[in-house]
Amino acid sequence: MTADEARTLIAESFSDTKVESGVPMVVSVPVDQWAPFADFAKTTLGCRFFSFLTAVDWKEQGLEVVCKIDNLDDNVSLLMKTRLGPAAAECPSLTPVYAGANWMERECYDMFGIRFDGHPDLRRILLGDDWVGHPLLKSYAVDTPHPPYR
Amino acid sequence: MVLRVQGAHPRVAIKGPVPEIPVPVWRNFKDLQEWEELHQKRPEGDKHSALFESVTEGIHNFPGGFLVTTVADGFFNWARKSSVWPVTFGLACCAIEMMATFASRFDVERLGMVPWASPRHSDLMIVSGTVTIKMAPMLKRIYDQMPDPKWAVSMGSCANSGGPFRHGYHVVKGVDRVIPVDVYVPGCPPPPESLLNGLLLLQEQIAHFRRTGERAAPNPKED
Repeated sequence: MTADEARTLIAESFSDTKVESGVPMVVSVPVDQWAPFADFAKTTLGCRFFSFLTAVDWKEQGLEVVCKIDNLDDNVSLLMKTRLGPAAAECPSLTPVYAGANWMERECYDMFGIRFDGHPDLRRILLGDDWVGHPLLKSYAVDTPHPPYR
Repeated sequence: MVLRVQGAHPRVAIKGPVPEIPVPVWRNFKDLQEWEELHQKRPEGDKHSALFESVTEGIHNFPGGFLVTTVADGFFNWARKSSVWPVTFGLACCAIEMMATFASRFDVERLGMVPWASPRHSDLMIVSGTVTIKMAPMLKRIYDQMPDPKWAVSMGSCANSGGPFRHGYHVVKGVDRVIPVDVYVPGCPPPPESLLNGLLLLQEQIAHFRRTGERAAPNPKED
């Protein structure tokens, strides 16, 4: 499968998505189609390699979840993006599709406070359980005191 | 709090820190609390015998008796500084330089230092690297497990002051907020020569060490 074929397949199945050319192919997905699109990309497009998942804080425009998946056989890379909308922090989980998304989503929850619906074990992964706030948000005051040692 | 640019409108408004902070979880562990209490003060009845007290009093009151105590102090301090055993405890990249210092080329063993893999037998903790807020209670616990008299060397910028991560969100801004520190070794990371110099300074300091017992609490720092 070439990148062009993948692009036409996406346009046929998911008309709401916006596909930009380039490598990797940037696909903007509405948040309600996030998990179905990942399933489609894994089964139909053959993107079985889960590379990473992270998020971007666009301040008043809200959070954006970014995820890169690859088809290593045919050299097709997809960069999936979804906007959660202003002041929203709910996103469907990709863990049922890609098991590797488990810890990535936990980290994303830890740093950005995004709650992934359907995640089996959404706890903090890097920071302590008593941590207050999500430090990679732009609104987080970096020098927030944290007793006993800050 | 508003950050003002001189002669201009306030461009960047920084929200003040949120003061709503719960008690850390590790404070709730009962054994940790007991552990800390045990190490903060000596137990009742842990004193010298009456005979020992009277003998030392007698020595002090005898004319010229101070010679005995100073000579004894000198002997004990010589023994202490000649066998400082650092606990092998590395936190970050400074630990690599620390290992180089322990290895054959720089060879701290000729100074009587044996890197020892147990805090129970060690006299010195070299804090080599970044101390995170999550790591600080564990570091304190290892320090508490070392028997008195004990010393601490803060190695590298991160342990001294937080270093390049000082304004990060989860780095302790200097290990002296957790444990009392005797010698600070600057550098990022300090080469083995610097650490060796710090260890020699520590030996010099131990030579003037007066009495065993509790160390001063770390200074509360404001910034």
